[in-house]
Amino acid sequence: MRDLHLPRTLPDPWRSPLRGPRFTAVLGLVLLAGMPLLFVTGLLSYAAYNPNLAAVNDKTPDKGLLGFYLFSWPTDPHWLYRLTQGLHVTVGVVLVPVLLAKLWSVVPKLFTLPPVRSLGHALERLSLLLLVGGALFEFVTGILNVQLDYLFPGSFYPLHFYGAWVFISAFAVHAVLRVPQALRVLRERKAGVAETGDLVPAQPAEPTVSRRGALAMVGAGSLLLLVTTAGQSIGGVWRRTALLAPHGGEDPGTGSDRFQINKTAAVAGVRAADAGAPWRLVVTGPSGTVHRLTRADLLQLPQHTASLPIACVEGWSTDDRRWSGVRLRDLAVLAGTDGDTDVFVESLQQHGAFRKAALRHNQVHDPRSLLALRVDGADLTLDHGYPARIIVPAAPGVLNTKWVARLTFGALR
Amino acid sequence: MSGRASRWLKRLPKLNPHLNLHPTERWYGESPLQLPLLAASFALAWYAGVRLLAGDAWGVAMWFVGAALLHDLVLVPLYSLADRAACKALGGRDRSAVLYARVPAFLSGLLLLVWYPLISRARPEHYALVTGRSEDAFLQHWLLLTAGLFAASALWFVTRTFLAPGSPWRQAHRARRQERKRERERERQRRRETKERPPTDH
Repeated sequence: MRDLHLPRTLPDPWRSPLRGPRFTAVLGLVLLAGMPLLFVTGLLSYAAYNPNLAAVNDKTPDKGLLGFYLFSWPTDPHWLYRLTQGLHVTVGVVLVPVLLAKLWSVVPKLFTLPPVRSLGHALERLSLLLLVGGALFEFVTGILNVQLDYLFPGSFYPLHFYGAWVFISAFAVHAVLRVPQALRVLRERKAGVAETGDLVPAQPAEPTVSRRGALAMVGAGSLLLLVTTAGQSIGGVWRRTALLAPHGGEDPGTGSDRFQINKTAAVAGVRAADAGAPWRLVVTGPSGTVHRLTRADLLQLPQHTASLPIACVEGWSTDDRRWSGVRLRDLAVLAGTDGDTDVFVESLQQHGAFRKAALRHNQVHDPRSLLALRVDGADLTLDHGYPARIIVPAAPGVLNTKWVARLTFGALR
Repeated sequence: MSGRASRWLKRLPKLNPHLNLHPTERWYGESPLQLPLLAASFALAWYAGVRLLAGDAWGVAMWFVGAALLHDLVLVPLYSLADRAACKALGGRDRSAVLYARVPAFLSGLLLLVWYPLISRARPEHYALVTGRSEDAFLQHWLLLTAGLFAASALWFVTRTFLAPGSPWRQAHRARRQERKRERERERQRRRETKERPPTDH
């Protein structure tokens, strides 16, 4: 009888000698530090909008228990949002190669046979779908949003916020179940124990790069992304190195208006004619008193100066600019309040999710919070909010309303 | 049950490690800790997921699952095959030579992947209208960075190959020089021998 010499298993397509639990563990531990940072800074960004103050500030009003942690966003330090949101976006971009390498390192597990061994295994695979799908969903929506490419199916805010909660639910359980294993395999490496486990290839191919080399390559990718991105948040000379960041490179403008613009007057639907001579600022208070002020009237009121940045949810920010104008609390007193009250701000702009916004009493009361008329010694330009704009320390950029038309002071909540 | 049969049953767990497991593990297949953890995780995911799917449920589900499938079934095979092809094409003699193409290609591809909407100028009018800046610079910057990465890698390759003390080129150069030196030595020897040769008969 002839011997057929059939192979006992099919040839294994996963032959890279890089794969193994130790390689996965190193990448996993980097993500263990990075992902919670992204999650927490994301939650802080939601709190920074003061969503519980007014419906206009809240893009996820059906949040329910997921808003359990919300608090009044402070005005100190004045660079707070610049830091938290700069970290959120920059670290997110920098972690892309780590995430891709981590997913590459475990891809054979997707094709394990049999696909489901037991009930527990089936549930774990479902959880991993939420983990991998959630991570990629969050990265893709975030990275598209900062590039103003709103391809995703719906408004960015609910997708990114609820998607983050789905992701973190799977991430937490994955961390609890896998971190002990990751630490163990790295301890075994130190102890010189041979590497085992189902990620170790059965028929490893000839290596073309060492594990150290592969990790260095991932690190180089992160470093390159850091150098070409972080400058849009750090500012100063570093903005020049942010060659691929949406708000890096050269600043637009020529003089005192030489800093980044979130939305131009053209896209917001503000015409120069509306912002010119016929413009009046309407200030009202709880008693119903109405003041109509021209720009000249505002310039007659006591002028104050504050050095503050603009920090956008998209992760870019400007350096501190010298804003001057009327204190919001002075206008609140003019409206018949004690100067420590909320305000509802309405803009001339026709389009945009934040043409109406609310500020909390601590923001109104801060002496650095201004209705700015000038910046860096010159009148505001139309794209930066002429005739008057809000500037509040530590507040997200969208709450620094441009082309302000009406201020309604009084308790909102 | 006879004594012999019960003794045999007691030995069973040693023969089949699966039977050593806790009863829950035996039918559930995983550690008993995993079930309550997953239940809590799914409860939270459900609570957030209902809200995530409140709008365009089909679209969001497609994006969520599609992102994982696109990554695992398209992106990973695509770059794996590209890498394998590059290794075959470049790594014939010297396997380490592949790295000098692989590293800059990986870095350039990574930048393209992350900033594709800006680099490809997906919506140039929109970007310019919103920010007051031109989108053209991103493609230029990416091309320049790519050129710089490949140039730096090529320079490194040349330096390593030709100028490093232990490089094969240096060794070959040294060997050639020594060969020439030996050749000169032999020539001198021959001349000496010729001079000292007694004159031939006239």
